[in-house]
Amino acid sequence: MNAMSEVIKTDAIIIGAGPVGLFAVFELGLLDIKAHLIDILPKIGGQCAELYPEKPIYDIPGYPVITGQALVDALRKQIHPFQPTFHLGEMVEKLEVLGAPERPLFRVATDAGVILEAKVVVIAAGGGSFQPKRPPTPGVEAYEGKSVFYSVRRIDHFRGRRVMIAGGGDSALDWVLNLHPVASRITLVHRRDEFRAAPHSVNAMRALAAEKKMDLVIAQLAGLKGADGQLSAVTLRGADSATFDVECDDLLAFYGLTMKLGPIADWGLNLHENLIPTDTEKFETNVPGIFAVGDIITYPGKLKLILSGFHEAALAAQKAHRYVYPDKKLLFQYTTSSTSLQRKLGVS
Amino acid sequence: MTKVTFIDASGASRTVEAQIGSTVMETALRNSIPGIEAECGGACACATCHVYVAPEWTDVVGKPAQMEEDMLDFAADVRPNSRLSCQIKVTEALDGLIVTTPARQG
Repeated sequence: MNAMSEVIKTDAIIIGAGPVGLFAVFELGLLDIKAHLIDILPKIGGQCAELYPEKPIYDIPGYPVITGQALVDALRKQIHPFQPTFHLGEMVEKLEVLGAPERPLFRVATDAGVILEAKVVVIAAGGGSFQPKRPPTPGVEAYEGKSVFYSVRRIDHFRGRRVMIAGGGDSALDWVLNLHPVASRITLVHRRDEFRAAPHSVNAMRALAAEKKMDLVIAQLAGLKGADGQLSAVTLRGADSATFDVECDDLLAFYGLTMKLGPIADWGLNLHENLIPTDTEKFETNVPGIFAVGDIITYPGKLKLILSGFHEAALAAQKAHRYVYPDKKLLFQYTTSSTSLQRKLGVS
Repeated sequence: MTKVTFIDASGASRTVEAQIGSTVMETALRNSIPGIEAECGGACACATCHVYVAPEWTDVVGKPAQMEEDMLDFAADVRPNSRLSCQIKVTEALDGLIVTTPARQG
């Protein structure tokens, strides 16, 4: 964790590193506005990279067809001259307004302890932040962080404990193998006897199960038992629909990710059905200096298209320039002809 | 016209017209059927358009493909008749199809 004293100062903070957040780096960069991007995913690209990296997209201008990942890769290359700083795997928890409306200043804090200050904030959070899907068991919230986890932050917590791991992908299998030497007993629960994980992990897990060094149970989670946040057992439902309990101290559940608005709701922004209303001239929110672009915003006629987000980012950058450089006049220029823009892009 | 009936977890039933060639998920969204979230927009990447196919229809609808079966790992309360509705294409053979939406989409 960083100490409070280490405040990173920059021009713009972009929340969300999906295609629109990435392109905002470009539009801001052309106007000499330096940006830091924050995203909860450990990689850039947002939904394009997380949900449909291999899916073809047909409505990106200039590309008759491009996959989600290829678009992200192209955007990464396009914004490279502006050297953005990425804070990945971090969620913005707090956004405070420090400055006055005409001269705004914002402080942003992430859950990893990073603190940034900037003159403008651009929210490009898409469908919200990707967060682990909760297992479909009533009352699971009471156990979260104490004995139910969706990721491993501290291996030591599991030392000598009976750990149930639920899921059938790489996360589940990797943690079966990594926690096996640490935990007193590992039970892997999956709904079918087939796994999506890398074959060598599956083979290693099956070998452990065959030697009775761990338990593999084909079932689905049906309920939790325990008190004060501490699990004592998990109720499972087998293929025959019969339920049974397996005693354990911890549950690690890997059911993929879902999109939640998250802390954005606490930042004093007007919201309309979990979307942020903006104007259509500057794409500014009700808080001067906080812009919002892409799928997270709403205005009359809004379309949730990547190309619309690109347009919104370009217009937001124009107004952002007024906050970052209040004394400079902004001259509209084309990348085709402006030597100053070409110098910034490193092509002149 | 092809018709699809959606029954929600409480038993309420809605019958809507479906276009041949569209998916059952798209049909649900177009008709504001509650209980289908379709967070990823039909990319078979989220498991939030999970439905149970009525027993008399499971043979006609068929089994999920490998990718869909993998994605069903992320759904709640998966049963032998579970499908992701974004992967069911409406055809003439599916006229009268009945699906039930689960109590929650994970």
